[in-house]
Amino acid sequence: MADFVTRRPIRSVLILLAAAVLLWLIFSVWSPGMEATFGRKRVFLSALFNGITLGGLYFLVASGFTLIFGLMRNVNLAHGSLYLFGGYLGYSIGELTGYWLLALLFAFLIVALAGILMQVLLFRWMEGQDLRQTLVTIGLSIIIADLLLWSYGGDTFQVTTPDWLAGPIQLPFVVALRSNGEAVMMNYPFVRIAILFGAIVVGFAMWLALNRTRIGMLVRAGVDDRDILSATGVRVQLVFVMVFAFGAGLAGLAGVVGGTFQSLQPGEDVKILLSSLVVVIVGGMGSIPGAAMGALIVGLAEQFGSVYMPTYAVMLTFLIMVAVLAVRPEGLAARR
Amino acid sequence: MATLETRSPSIDAGARIGLREAIARQGTAFWIVAALLLVMPLIATPFWLVQIIAYAIILGMIALSLMFLAGYGGIVSLVQMTVAAFAGYLVAILGDSAITQISLKWPWWATVPVAVVLASLFGVLSGALSVRTEGIYTIMITLAIASAFYYLSLQNYTIFNGFSGFNGILPPVFLGVDWGGDVAFYYLTLGSAALAYAAVIYVSRAPFGLALQGTRDNPRRMAALGFNVTAHRIAAYGFAAVIAAFAGVLLVWYQRQISPGTAGVGPVVDILIIAVVGGLSRPIGPFIGALVYVLLRTFSLDLLELVGLDGKRFQLLIGLGFLVIVLVSPDGLIGIAERVKGRYRRGREARTAEMGGPGGQP
Repeated sequence: MADFVTRRPIRSVLILLAAAVLLWLIFSVWSPGMEATFGRKRVFLSALFNGITLGGLYFLVASGFTLIFGLMRNVNLAHGSLYLFGGYLGYSIGELTGYWLLALLFAFLIVALAGILMQVLLFRWMEGQDLRQTLVTIGLSIIIADLLLWSYGGDTFQVTTPDWLAGPIQLPFVVALRSNGEAVMMNYPFVRIAILFGAIVVGFAMWLALNRTRIGMLVRAGVDDRDILSATGVRVQLVFVMVFAFGAGLAGLAGVVGGTFQSLQPGEDVKILLSSLVVVIVGGMGSIPGAAMGALIVGLAEQFGSVYMPTYAVMLTFLIMVAVLAVRPEGLAARR
Repeated sequence: MATLETRSPSIDAGARIGLREAIARQGTAFWIVAALLLVMPLIATPFWLVQIIAYAIILGMIALSLMFLAGYGGIVSLVQMTVAAFAGYLVAILGDSAITQISLKWPWWATVPVAVVLASLFGVLSGALSVRTEGIYTIMITLAIASAFYYLSLQNYTIFNGFSGFNGILPPVFLGVDWGGDVAFYYLTLGSAALAYAAVIYVSRAPFGLALQGTRDNPRRMAALGFNVTAHRIAAYGFAAVIAAFAGVLLVWYQRQISPGTAGVGPVVDILIIAVVGGLSRPIGPFIGALVYVLLRTFSLDLLELVGLDGKRFQLLIGLGFLVIVLVSPDGLIGIAERVKGRYRRGREARTAEMGGPGGQP
């Protein structure tokens, strides 16, 4: 941190300034003039929070994607299908048992198992053939999408939010002042806050696991140089299977999460896949902090885009991607 | 970039060989297929002529542009369908369509060149954007660009007319021929495809194509030899985009309408599937892949119901078939055909050797 400030003084000042302006926008009571230019504060705040929580969901999906890519050079284009698969599983289990956490757990486990099968049965046999692996994932995504359409139909599903997560909570942010000077506080769905919290916990746990455990060390070493790692006698295949299982499981978990505060329907797999693609391209491929950064940027861009320029919301996301590619082709958080 | 202009004398000498040798060099299979395609209107019903063969040729052209990039340049670009769709959109916007408030009603001889040039420019731009990263990243970035175009065409109403797109786009009438007629349209697509095929073969043997294959095999060495790898790759994008753009013009004349669905993620991936299933090693591969794809697509309903499955499971069939091809034969149907041929030939040679004969030429 201090290193960054000494190296890039101007950039740090700009970042601090932007953060200060943002904080002021969040906590201050907006004057009528500001509301005239930026729209109502309630809209701004909800776009901000929706963006951040959406970023949390994207992080859950994209971190698995980027981990698999970083270690195995496998662009898993079936990642969106795993997400949708997990979501449908979570819906079925939730309906069957009535426990949301159980749905979360089993979606993670079953989709992780599917990931293990994919790695052991398919990708293991074509190691180092990037293109062939990617083509296989394309085939898989088409097959999974059609199987899901077959068994669940084209209807829209939503995973039932458990009672303890339902309803809004009050956040300590003033949205507006009543005419008698009383402050109106912001209400926000609790489930979204919980999901954001969950994503942060998962991210932090991943950071700890990657940086403080032996397995994490192996994974990091594998990302840097797979061949040397296997030459030192580590059973690389085992590490691969574990990472693939974890990444796929995260996608399944994210499916339940996404199914809770958004919805599940055919086509959602492609949407999520595209979002995670943009997230990892923006953040830097193979980097977990990059995925976090990219997820936040993409989530915010989508939400602010849909509020302030509704016709071109999706374009905004892609424009950001193009800008990043033009300036830093290897992504924002890449080390190279 | 000097290599782009200079032509080595050996290639010139190659171009001057006699007609007889040129005919002989292609092999009998080539001439049989060519003759068959030329007399096809006499044999086939209009449905087969246009809905199956012409459509397969158009898709094959788009896949050919991908085959050129992937086979000779090692660049797997998912943006080719988008280039084609953009050209199609431009034909609808600049030319005539049922959406009179947007279409500019230019004559076809102005519309088509402008559409091809702009679409090629788009292809070059997306190429320039994605060549900065290498290898497998390209597939991700081009997929993202393709879907950006899809969403743009879906959400923009002032230029792209949003979800409904354009309809009522008719092929032109010139030289006294209505090119929308079955036979005329068939020959138009066949001629364009033959030109594109010949162009790809020519470029692949020209110095530029050879240098491109060099950058595919070893970019670092090519750079050390003084070749500008990035420029070669962008030029390859440009050449491929021209083919894709012409195919896009044909596609919009074939469909007579265009909407965001034409450039959706599904069709974009389908082009990759077509090229891979046919085979990325030879320019004929994409056309074979396209024919298989169109046949499957058209007859999957009957085929699936014959097996006792729901006719709606077309995607499952395509996905499974694609997966099997990728797993069994990475160089597609062409690869399978060549292996079968090779085994047959080896078997025959072994037999003649066993008989103690001098072993005649196959």
